[in-house]
Amino acid sequence: MVPKDLKYSKSHEWVKAVGNNTMMIGITDYAQEELGDIVFVELPKVEQQLKQQESFGVAESVKAVSDLFSPVSGMVVAVNEALGKQPELVNKEPYTNGWMIKISLAAPAELSGLLSAEDYEKLINEGSK
Amino acid sequence: MEKVIFEYHSQSTSYVPAADPQAAKKHIPVEYLGVEEVILPQVSEQDVIRHFTALSKLNFGVDNGFYPLGSCTMKYNPKINETVADFDGLAGIHPYAPEECVQGALQLVYELEGFLKEVSGFAGMTLQPAAGAHGEITGVLLIKAYHQQNHPEQKRTVILVPDTAHGTNPATAALAGYQVRQVKSDDQGDIDLDDLQRNLGPDIAALMLTNPNTLGLFEKNILEVSRQVHKSGALLYGDGANFNALLGLIKPAELGFDVMHFNLHKTFSTPHGGGGPGAGAVGTIKELTPFLPVPQVIKKGKKYFWKHQQANSIGKVRSFYGNFLIAVRAYAYFFALGAEGIARVGRQAVLNANYLKHKLENYYPVPYGRTCMHEFVMTPHHDWAVSTLDIAKRIIDYGFHPPTIYFPLIVHEAMMIEPTETETKETMDTFVNALGQIAAEAVQNPELLKKAPLTSPVGRIDEARAGRQLILKYEKGRDAR
Repeated sequence: MVPKDLKYSKSHEWVKAVGNNTMMIGITDYAQEELGDIVFVELPKVEQQLKQQESFGVAESVKAVSDLFSPVSGMVVAVNEALGKQPELVNKEPYTNGWMIKISLAAPAELSGLLSAEDYEKLINEGSK
Repeated sequence: MEKVIFEYHSQSTSYVPAADPQAAKKHIPVEYLGVEEVILPQVSEQDVIRHFTALSKLNFGVDNGFYPLGSCTMKYNPKINETVADFDGLAGIHPYAPEECVQGALQLVYELEGFLKEVSGFAGMTLQPAAGAHGEITGVLLIKAYHQQNHPEQKRTVILVPDTAHGTNPATAALAGYQVRQVKSDDQGDIDLDDLQRNLGPDIAALMLTNPNTLGLFEKNILEVSRQVHKSGALLYGDGANFNALLGLIKPAELGFDVMHFNLHKTFSTPHGGGGPGAGAVGTIKELTPFLPVPQVIKKGKKYFWKHQQANSIGKVRSFYGNFLIAVRAYAYFFALGAEGIARVGRQAVLNANYLKHKLENYYPVPYGRTCMHEFVMTPHHDWAVSTLDIAKRIIDYGFHPPTIYFPLIVHEAMMIEPTETETKETMDTFVNALGQIAAEAVQNPELLKKAPLTSPVGRIDEARAGRQLILKYEKGRDAR
């Protein structure tokens, strides 16, 4: 499942514009499927500055611990507190209630470098061969 | 399933009475008595015995059966180790005993270090660290001390770690205050030389490398890796987790490693836990010996002494001299095998792993298929409707311990299998037959595997729930189910 209206990173995060220069970020359905049942999500503090591709947190599943990478640069303006008690939201609703952080975008030009839904679908189809 | 001990209520009705806490109270000065009542299990002696006997029957260890847990080297530990560790003169000594009263113990430490130097080629050795990861942090601190002492003006703040590394490597580097950068593997499963070259520079303190790596492959470019690392001014750290493959065949110092830890519980047959504690000896080249932890055992004439002072030492990393009785077991192991036996360990471990790999390749894909060392990594077939987890759980039903799964991370659905040198061909053949049957079941009856294990005291555990709702202690009245 790859929603058409989102942008994607090669490291399997999605980006969604949610208002005035603010981007919502999470991991894709493919990523949560690969990780397996997620048991813990570590997220950054609000106001932390992130560079593009910098690690913003960690997702721990029953299989592995994986870094989460920010697809864009900017300042964290919100984190999904619900994941503290219910990390399984990432598995169940990766594109909605399983979101991870919101970022105030520092360099809007970075968006054009991200993958479209079509390109991302190609990427994961190649990966699973 | 056996209940927890707190759920027993046997005291009042048992024929063999338990100790009476009220009677004991009379003998304790009132100022030392607690104010709150402590909830302790109310269990008769007989029920205690039955409880722990029941639990011990649920345990699976290498003394019960085949335990091919990759990268953990679950070899059979000769029982002579335990006999020797139980000698009064070793088990009964005090760490503050005067040197002249414990010459034998000091000699044992000195000689075990000597044996480890002999098989590794290193000039210095410490037995202080109490576990493999503890050995890692000790080794990385030696590297840090070396850089600070020799060129304090350089800013070497990064440690490189391959993408196949054990998780402890990046954790160790971070704990020692370094930044961690990952180096890719190439399509052969070796460290990617181009990516290594790109990453090496004046900011790199060391590369942490496991050889053979966690794919079970010998890093065939190790000499070139070592040359590049040293040329850049960095040091080469060796993770000795997989040293069993090399024992008696290759000395790591000759491959260019500057410092390396040895898991005595893996390679040198000391307990892995339960019977624990651990020991993670660390060996170094001559240039790093001034930084080794104190105290060290030294020999003058025919006598042995503690040396407590050394100007550039990183200091103590463990109370006294580490887990001495674990060192005793490793010492006994060296003598049980002798020089000739030790020389055969690596050879037989590699032969056993290749035998298993060759047989299992008939049923399971092996993504990096070249001749392996002491272990190898295989996967389920792509079109099977079962996962590695399902296969691992089904292996329990056939009476074996499952292999390491989902590691290394670069192999999708990895199963990492390490037979060790102590298993017979008959045992391995039985395992191959079981894995062959499981492969057939995966095609014909995948639902069976998804329900496995069916014969164990507990069925499939909900690992996600266990991880999300950690319950680490008993609480009265809480329903654990």
